[in-house]
Amino acid sequence: MSTTIPDRPRTLAEKVWDDHLVVKGEDGQPDLIYIDLHLVHEVTSPQAFDGLRAEGRPVRRLDLTIATEDHNTPTLEIDKPIADLTSRTQIETLRRNADEFGVRLHSLGDKEQGIVHVVGPQLGLTMPGITVVCGDSHTSTHGAFGAMAFGIGTSEVEHVLATQTLPLKPFKTMAITVEGELKPGVTAKDIILAIIAKIGANGGQGYVLEFRGSAIRSLSMEGRMTMCNMSIEAGARAGMIAPDETTFAYVKDKPHAPQGQDWDDAVAYWRTLPSDEGAVYDAEVFLDANELEPFVTWGTNPGQGVSLSDVVPDPASFADANERAAAERALAYMDLAAGTPLKDVTVDAVFMGSCTNSRIEDLRAFASVIEGRHKADGVRVMVVPGSARVRLEAEAEGLDKVFTAFGAEWRFAGCSMCLGMNPDQLAPGERCASTSNRNFEGRQGKGGRTHLVSPLVAAATAVLGRLASPSDLPAVEKVEA
Amino acid sequence: MEKFTTHTGIAAALTRSAVDTDQIIPAVYLKRVTKTGFEDALFANWRQDPDFVLNQPAFARASILVAGPDFGTGSSREHAVWALRDYGFQVVLSPKFADIFRGNAGKQGLVTGVISEADVEAIWAQIEAQPGIEMTVDLLERTAVIGELRVSFEIDDYTRWRLLEGLDDIGLTLRNEDKIAQFEARREAWRPRTLPVR
Repeated sequence: MSTTIPDRPRTLAEKVWDDHLVVKGEDGQPDLIYIDLHLVHEVTSPQAFDGLRAEGRPVRRLDLTIATEDHNTPTLEIDKPIADLTSRTQIETLRRNADEFGVRLHSLGDKEQGIVHVVGPQLGLTMPGITVVCGDSHTSTHGAFGAMAFGIGTSEVEHVLATQTLPLKPFKTMAITVEGELKPGVTAKDIILAIIAKIGANGGQGYVLEFRGSAIRSLSMEGRMTMCNMSIEAGARAGMIAPDETTFAYVKDKPHAPQGQDWDDAVAYWRTLPSDEGAVYDAEVFLDANELEPFVTWGTNPGQGVSLSDVVPDPASFADANERAAAERALAYMDLAAGTPLKDVTVDAVFMGSCTNSRIEDLRAFASVIEGRHKADGVRVMVVPGSARVRLEAEAEGLDKVFTAFGAEWRFAGCSMCLGMNPDQLAPGERCASTSNRNFEGRQGKGGRTHLVSPLVAAATAVLGRLASPSDLPAVEKVEA
Repeated sequence: MEKFTTHTGIAAALTRSAVDTDQIIPAVYLKRVTKTGFEDALFANWRQDPDFVLNQPAFARASILVAGPDFGTGSSREHAVWALRDYGFQVVLSPKFADIFRGNAGKQGLVTGVISEADVEAIWAQIEAQPGIEMTVDLLERTAVIGELRVSFEIDDYTRWRLLEGLDDIGLTLRNEDKIAQFEARREAWRPRTLPVR
């Protein structure tokens, strides 16, 4: 579409960028990039709609905009008024704004409601070769389809609502190649946690990460979404994976997927998107999938992680003074001593959910480990599906019965304890194994301590009450029905 | 947005690296639907510690924050910028900023200047020696002066120009309205549409 396509091998990211150029920036000015899909939620949009109102501007493309309620929504008693007044105000403000401007909105109780990054893909709105933005850093999730997807601030939300474009400087590109075969029990979550530990929580800053290699090719779309979701935790603007047959099969026949001739045109174009032979990246990283083990974080940023079979590192082992100081602070906050085996760390709670790991495949993985078992005494286990549709799907498969028999709480859809904006929070000092994406101080509740893990590790941890992988579990003793 | 040329105010040292936006403003404060009034939410958890820098009388009215590397990582919440701005901060200096935070700051008139780690250390030492000392930040010259110390900071030309002129991004983009319409006219039919609802 663009008239300025350079005559050289290009990366996936460059191709998508070039095909969305409205104006090429000159003399240090940013490019003006067209946005194909704008996802909206209640937290980062009220002030954007206010800005439109103040200037008398409409939403330029209602047909490229969709809103859902997720960050604040309760996951219990969703038919009752939201108890927290400020949460209720924010939800009601979104409903008023959606109504006034004509934005499609999926509200609490609607079967398409859920976490914005689960809703886009399941509706078939997320597809290869498009640009996706949302006022949420985990928008990077949609890059799993070969889309260019990134989080924006509220001023930019207003900008996209008003113009359907964003002024942006091109991102640098980083190829992250993961070759080999994953051992049983090692998942996409472990790969991405290992990558973040390797390049650091800011190692990806300014880059679009392109995950490639045989281990990535073998992942399902859910696994790819988990990887791209956490690109932001390496500081990257976006993560991308080239579309392939797995991608096309996932998108096909979703409610908003292209149909007929449009589908054929789309697939023909999507096949041109993978990075060209000889395309040059600004940085390259390699990882051997064969060596990976289940991974867990010990600190307060997602880069502070090690293999689950390892011990809590000694801050003195960090050469960099900033990293050493950060590790000391993290161990104090996490109440962990250097040298402690991670598998000796006991937990108070297990959170299975978030835009990182709350899709049907994640719930199936969790259920496969806990089926026929009962949770450890004193451990609170919450299972929160990513969307109302995922919840219905899980119930149709009987997974809800597995969760409740295990002693877990089976909740309604939302962001929930990933960030504790609703009542789902850790108490001060409580320790949680969480399938979410951030282990920052106070993220899951003031004073709460978070260990990021995969759904499989979360499940095994819920069984034993201490950090564990499924291979640590004894054979199932059938619980009396 | 108001034009920014120079600013003189008290400099506070935030002697930590990787200050994420969950620390700048915890999620529970994101529920408000206004764009102002976030001053009480700034570093809310840390401010419960009486020794925290902004709880010290010399720094309570600080308007320039000098922080360790990787400032503003994590969540995209623009509230982090609003909270800093509402508290009275006009400038943050750090060796490295997270991308989304830096973009958000530029749109709200908060200057984010990149300085070397050595300069951060030198400024921290200056502040420690003279708590409450003022700093002058000159966006035109890209310099920060505190006591005898004069350091240069980096900020990209485009953001600097917009801050100096006080320009609104949406207004700038809408100057290209015809080009946006031309682009839309040639978009392919397969691209996603949220309406009509299917």
